[in-house]
Amino acid sequence: MDQEKYLQDIKEIREMMDRSGRFISLSGISGVVAGIIALVSAFIAYHYIYLDSDFYSFKVVYLSPETIQDIFLLALATLVLSIGSVIILTHQTTKKKGQKLLNKHAKLVLVNLAIPLITGGILCVIFIINGYIGVIAPLTLVFYGLALVNASKFTLDDIRSLGIAQIILGLIGLYFIGYGLILWAAGFGILHIIYGIRMRLKYGS
Amino acid sequence: MKDILNKLDKAFENKVRLGIMSALMVNEQMDFISLKDLLGVTDGNLASHLKNLENREYIGYEKEFVDRKPNTTYRATELGKKAFKNHINAIEKLLSNR
Repeated sequence: MDQEKYLQDIKEIREMMDRSGRFISLSGISGVVAGIIALVSAFIAYHYIYLDSDFYSFKVVYLSPETIQDIFLLALATLVLSIGSVIILTHQTTKKKGQKLLNKHAKLVLVNLAIPLITGGILCVIFIINGYIGVIAPLTLVFYGLALVNASKFTLDDIRSLGIAQIILGLIGLYFIGYGLILWAAGFGILHIIYGIRMRLKYGS
Repeated sequence: MKDILNKLDKAFENKVRLGIMSALMVNEQMDFISLKDLLGVTDGNLASHLKNLENREYIGYEKEFVDRKPNTTYRATELGKKAFKNHINAIEKLLSNR
């Protein structure tokens, strides 16, 4: 009898609560693209900062003021390219779903991402000025992870576990300082790709 | 069975009103345009359902001006939240009774 109708009602309620309370149009593909960009950039950076001559089987990290400038430009390019691809691809998903890109919930996600991210960015700059280069890569992972956990309340739940994974990688990197770049590639590259594919399969976005 | 049916709230028999209440349960407040975008209904349709819920005192509204344009934000009242919870409980009982 009416049961079908009420089942439908419950479904509707759940959907409304979800759709109105969170930003759910994040594009999974954009995660994959950002991951690939990160891997390429890590590969380039690897050839920049590690000198080929092995020194007691450790690779020697060499940073002259010029390389620092190059690395900085590389980092900037990576940042702009990844953020750009996320915005463009997410915009396409929102258009498909008939939503606006910058609705209230998207703004909530952005603000909550930005607070830990900017804090971490400033901290990294302070460390660079003081010459603690080794901690930069793992620190960006930790703060990026914190930013994701913070923003996850307003978007897909998967973002939270992605954030926790990034934090763990970052902390490992802070302990084993020499592996910063490899862990950075694993976090920003491989994890993004895995989560992008997972979200694509789960939400078809 | 009849007892449960009596507990269902007539106010939420309509899909739009159900949607409005669902959205206002998880959001402190929502403005007219966000509600319209969310539910995908026309201005007039949404306005009349909002009026209906207002008359039952299930929702309240605040009018303010943003950039000299009127902007109305809606929020669920305590009465409305209670009524909505009772309605959902009734549906759940109904569904578990079959």
